[in-house]
Amino acid sequence: MATTHASSTPDHLIWKGGVQPMKVGYGKLMMWIFLLSDTFTFSALLISYGLVRFSFPSFQDANPGSSINDFTFSQTWWPTPERVFEAVPFLHGVSAPLVFVGIMTFILIFSSVTMVLAVEAGHRRDKADVEKWMLWTILGGFTFLGSQAWEWSHFIHGTGGGGANLVFNEYGPAAFADFFFFITGFHGTHVFSGVILNILIFYNTVNGVYEKRGHYEMIEKVGLYWHFVDLVWVFVFTFFYLV
Amino acid sequence: MATVAAAHSDHAHDEHHDLGFIRSYIFSEDHKVIAKQYLISGIIWAIIGGLMSLVFRLQLGFPDMDLSWLKPILGEWVNESGKLDANFYLALVTMHGTIMVFFVLTAGLSGTFSNFLIPLQIGARDMASGFMNMLSYWFFFISSVIMFWSIFIETGPAGGGWVIYPPLSALAEANPGSGTGMTLWLVSMALFIVSSLLGGINYVTTVINLRTKGMTFDKMPLTIWAFTFTAILGILSFPVLLSAALLLIFDRSFGTSFYLSDIYINGQALPNQGGSPILFQHLFWFLGHPEVYIVILPALGLTSEIIATNSRKPIFGYKAMIFSMAGIMFLAFIVWAHHMFMTGMNPFLGSVFMLLTLIIAVPSAVKAFNYITTLWKGNIVFTPAMLFAIGLVSFFVSGGLTGIILGNSALDIQLHDTYFVVAHFHLVMGSAAFFGMIAGVYHWFPKMFGKMMNKTLGYVHFWASIIGVYLVFFPMHYIGIAGFPRRYYQWSGFEAFNTYADLNAFISVAAILTFGAQLIFVFNFIYSIFWGKKASANPWKSNTLEWTTPVNPGHGNWPGEIPTVYRWPYDYSKPGSESDFIPQNIPFSATPESNLPEENELIEEEKDIENIEYNYNIPD
Repeated sequence: MATTHASSTPDHLIWKGGVQPMKVGYGKLMMWIFLLSDTFTFSALLISYGLVRFSFPSFQDANPGSSINDFTFSQTWWPTPERVFEAVPFLHGVSAPLVFVGIMTFILIFSSVTMVLAVEAGHRRDKADVEKWMLWTILGGFTFLGSQAWEWSHFIHGTGGGGANLVFNEYGPAAFADFFFFITGFHGTHVFSGVILNILIFYNTVNGVYEKRGHYEMIEKVGLYWHFVDLVWVFVFTFFYLV
Repeated sequence: MATVAAAHSDHAHDEHHDLGFIRSYIFSEDHKVIAKQYLISGIIWAIIGGLMSLVFRLQLGFPDMDLSWLKPILGEWVNESGKLDANFYLALVTMHGTIMVFFVLTAGLSGTFSNFLIPLQIGARDMASGFMNMLSYWFFFISSVIMFWSIFIETGPAGGGWVIYPPLSALAEANPGSGTGMTLWLVSMALFIVSSLLGGINYVTTVINLRTKGMTFDKMPLTIWAFTFTAILGILSFPVLLSAALLLIFDRSFGTSFYLSDIYINGQALPNQGGSPILFQHLFWFLGHPEVYIVILPALGLTSEIIATNSRKPIFGYKAMIFSMAGIMFLAFIVWAHHMFMTGMNPFLGSVFMLLTLIIAVPSAVKAFNYITTLWKGNIVFTPAMLFAIGLVSFFVSGGLTGIILGNSALDIQLHDTYFVVAHFHLVMGSAAFFGMIAGVYHWFPKMFGKMMNKTLGYVHFWASIIGVYLVFFPMHYIGIAGFPRRYYQWSGFEAFNTYADLNAFISVAAILTFGAQLIFVFNFIYSIFWGKKASANPWKSNTLEWTTPVNPGHGNWPGEIPTVYRWPYDYSKPGSESDFIPQNIPFSATPESNLPEENELIEEEKDIENIEYNYNIPD
């Protein structure tokens, strides 16, 4: 509601103390600063990934002149992602490169859209609408986590070559699996915390906590976190699956 | 949310007075109590860390000494022939570094003074979130308990140096200290990072949102600027250490190879392939270098305040101080690889990092000269705090000069990992930050406890400390140039190193005496809390807002309305003014005799500023 109640302090005095200069409460400021901090956590992980990934040759570096269609898994070169992640549930034996992870990404981004709608409903203080959109967001989060679980499970069990875990990897160097598990796992943990927070604020909304408080600021704060987790996924997706 | 809203309405703070003992002193949300908790924890850790250094100084200075008399404390770590266990020596060095850098000079310094001074000096009732502030201390406490516990486990605490480089720290077989001790170190540090993050976010938010009326950014005391920059450094660099530590935990416990490759133990190849130990160094020093500024910046902030107050002069170059701190903060993030010149990095890259590193000398020198020019022709009042602040400047200069030498990637080939480095950082960030912290305690003790510390003991403490510190660390430069490597248990195995055996013995004796001098401080601190002279409200005739509170500020800090701020905090000895200081809450309209022409123009605006209202419609 911050924007509808304009501050009585004129703009030339807004940085002179005694009032919130950015016209936001401390909670939202803290969330922004935390997200900035978390950006560095993920950046460190993704940069580490990049460093290790480029210490290995790609398939085409190792086999000059060969076509990507000849790709085979080997410990000597970094695997090509579209040959690793090509399975889709219920379509056994069908090669559908990056289709499933594409669906996952779509679901997560869509849950960000529903989050925006929940925040917007909060601005209108429309309790029923907040509940509806939060429920969709929670559903999106769970679906993403479930899909990730399926993908992990498929990655772990493999396609007959022994699968992958933290010490062995049929698709290529162990480091590929190490980073895959660590970074998607770390991101998944963030998504999971996000879903828990979403459930918490959904519960509070249903119980009228925010209605009584007079504002739905909490939805906005958790929304920021949720969008951030989405944005991080876009980077994870880019670095792990596309590049 | 409710707490801040309540804290800002002027009557509500009375309601909090009868919180029980536990909520008032243990799980308190009051920034002043939390600051004292940090301070006392910091002092306890400093004693532990200091005693550890004495044990390994005995080993280094007197390698043939019979240490059996330490058996009651160290037990099996001293063997039958009275010798200190070599692995335990490594653990002692590691723990000394970890404790001093993180627990004393980060938590003990920032934790104490950011918490204590931010709300008091910007004119706030408390931190933005008292609860998170409390949580921050208790995360630090749990982290402390785990680190302390690790000292007593059978294989000893972590032993890979405070930088915990893998593969040494990643493989339990490498060293007894790489076993459980290392695991506990990592767990403890992860909690420490959470604590630091909770604290830092709170500091920055408080400074942005809760400044009192008139407290523009260019009227904030330099302490607050320093704490803010420190918090930003922590917020952006500690998460990278968290990433590094998490990856290391996986390497240690779950068989991954993030940092491991091509390792043989007793001729047996390990299965780990593909990682890079250099990667860890990059991640570590991305925190590690900003960390030294996290340690020194608050000390520099405290010093600015103390030197200006006790020189009875405005700080020289207020804005230059802010910009140089900002410059140091920015450069802190892009110089980390100067710790890694010897890792085989591309020499061109080395020269880039060298250039960036040497640029830090510019803002640092600006600060040093500004301190000196503030002192110049001042009516200096030599309180113990002032002496320690001047001592800080001395260390900052003498230790900073060797930084220029070490930052040179060619000279570093000779000096890397020698006692020259030890001398450098112990002066420029160890002792300097420590002196800043001590200066802060002497200066703000009256506000913290409502009592004065004993001056005479303070003088004795100062002279013993500054002479002692120089006697300890100055000879180390020679030892370092002679090539003595760091972290060696004993040098007597090498004929060439016998030359400086006497100098090492000298350092050890000086170290023991310097540590002894700190006990004077501990005594003075405890004695003065209970039996010190009662303090007056503004014993140093200082301008900043904390001295407008009652002698013992209660919950909410000011009994009535929070004072409005009209001027910068450095109006000392202003020409025309009768008093030699004009506190920040005195309007220009009340001091026509001393106003400068541009200040007279500001009188018109005073009414507007007084009428600014906190916007309660903005939800927290």
